[in-house]
Amino acid sequence: MLKLQNISASYGKIRALDGVSLEVPDGKIVTLLGANGAGKTSTLKVITGLLHPTGGTAVFDGHDLTRSATHAIIPMGVGISPEGRQIFTHLTVAENLKLGAYTRKDGAGVKKDFDWVLKLFPRLAERVNQVAGTLSGGEQQMLAIGRALMARPKLLLLDEPSLGLAPLIVREIFEIIKQVNAEGTSVLLVEQNANLALRVAHYAYILEVGRLVMEGPAAEVRQNPEVKRIYLGG
Amino acid sequence: MILAQQIISGLATGSLYALAALGLVLIFKTSDVVNFAQGEMAMFGTFVAFTLLTSVGLPFWGAFLLALIFAAIFGAGIERIVLRPLAKAPLISVMIATLGLFQIINGVAGWIWGYELQPFPTALSGAPITVAGIVFTMQNLMNIGVAMVIMFGFFLLFKFSILGVAMRAVAENRTAAKLMGVPTDRILALTWGLGGILAATAGILTAPVTNLDINFMATLQIKAFTAGVLGGFTSLPGAVIGGLALGVLENLVGQWNSQLQTPFAFGLIVLVLVIRPAGLLGTIQKKKV
Repeated sequence: MLKLQNISASYGKIRALDGVSLEVPDGKIVTLLGANGAGKTSTLKVITGLLHPTGGTAVFDGHDLTRSATHAIIPMGVGISPEGRQIFTHLTVAENLKLGAYTRKDGAGVKKDFDWVLKLFPRLAERVNQVAGTLSGGEQQMLAIGRALMARPKLLLLDEPSLGLAPLIVREIFEIIKQVNAEGTSVLLVEQNANLALRVAHYAYILEVGRLVMEGPAAEVRQNPEVKRIYLGG
Repeated sequence: MILAQQIISGLATGSLYALAALGLVLIFKTSDVVNFAQGEMAMFGTFVAFTLLTSVGLPFWGAFLLALIFAAIFGAGIERIVLRPLAKAPLISVMIATLGLFQIINGVAGWIWGYELQPFPTALSGAPITVAGIVFTMQNLMNIGVAMVIMFGFFLLFKFSILGVAMRAVAENRTAAKLMGVPTDRILALTWGLGGILAATAGILTAPVTNLDINFMATLQIKAFTAGVLGGFTSLPGAVIGGLALGVLENLVGQWNSQLQTPFAFGLIVLVLVIRPAGLLGTIQKKKV
C-alpha cells in the first residue's frame, strides 16, 4: 500500500533522512521508532507532501507522492494525526471533525462517519459543540485521531499519539487504534514509547539520526537485546 | 432626541468603518499581511463602478454588483501575483510590497481617470424619513442596510459553510489545514477576494458623500485601521464593533466640538490600547512557528 524506497530529505543544509526504505502493507500496523530528532516526523512529512525528498521514491496506492501537493495526497486515502496534535483550538469539536472530511464529496458517508467517530470517542460526543481549545490533552489527542479518521483513510498516520498523556488515556487510545485497524485501516504509528508501540504493531522499524538501523516483526524486535537495552529500558 | 440622532448618524458612518476594518482584519487573520493597499483597492473598485454608471450607463445596482465582482478578482489576483511569491519573505518586505501596491494602484488610477473630484451618484435619492423625531437620510439608511446585509452574509459564511470553517482553520494553523487536504493557497486568494469586496463596498458607499477622486479613501482607511485596532485586529466581530463604536463616538464629540472630533477618536484608541493592549475583543497574537 505505502512503499518508501531509499528516501533522502533535508531542511536546507541539514539532512533529515538518509536512504530510508519502509513499507506499510494492507491492513497492518507498522511502527516507526526512534529518539527525538531521528527523522520520524520528517518521514511523515515526506508521505504527506510537506517535505519534498531530495532522492528516492514514495508510492501510495499506485500514486507517486514525491511530486504531489498535500491537498492532492489526502484525498488519495491518507489521514494524519500530526505532531503535537495541531487541532484547531478556536473551532468547535464538530467543526474540527468536519474539516477532517474536507476533501470528501459523499455527504451521506461523511455524516455516517461523524456518528461513527463520536461513538468511537464518547468523550468527544459529550463535547461536540465545545471549542476544541477547552479540551483536555487526552481529549485533544482523541479529536486529532477522530479528525484524521473523518477522511476515511486507507492509511492512518499517527505522530506520537501517547505524548504527554496519562497511562490510562494512552491505553484507551491504543485500544481504539487496534479497533480501527481491525476494521481494515492500515496504520503507520510513529512513537517514542517503544514498549507500547511494539505491543500493538505487526512490524517495526527503528530510525537513528535519519537512517534505519533495524527492522522486523514487532514481536522479534521486542526480544532483541539491544532494543531492550536502548528503547525498552532494560 | 439630538443624542439619538447623533447615534444614528454615527452608526451610518461606523458601518463604513466596520466594512473596511472587516476587510483588513480578514486578510490579516488568514494571511498575516497588513494590507496597506486596501484603501486604494477600494478606490479602484469605486472608479470601476463610476465608469459603469456614467460611461456604460448601467443602473446603480448593476454597476455595484459588477464592481464587486471586479474587486473580488482584483483582490485574488493581487494575492496570487504579488503576495504568494512573498509567502516566505520577512514581514517588512511584505509590508513594503503592500505600500508599493498602494502607490501603483493610486498612480494607475490617476492615469486612467484623472485627478479631478467627481460627483458620485447615490442609489437611493429622496426625502429623509422621520421616525419618532429621528431623521434618517437615504444615504444613512443605505449605509446601514448594505453593511448589515454584507456582514450577515459573512457571518453565515464563516459560521455555517465548510468553506468558512476552512478559512478560519487556515487562519489558525495553515499546516494543519493543509494536512486536512485544504488547498490553502486557493483559500488565501479567496480571502483576498472577499477583502476586495468589503473594501469596494465601503468605497462605493463613501463616494456619494465625499465625492470621488484618487485619494478619497485616505481618511476612511485610517479610520478603518483604527477600528480594527480598537476591536483587536484579530477578531471579526471586534472589527465590526470597533467600527460602529468609532463612528458613534466620533459623531457625539463632533456635535460638541467638530474640530476635536478626529483628535478625540485617536485619543480614545490610545487610551484603549494602554488599558487593554489586545483591543476590545482581540487576543494577544502568539507568533506562529
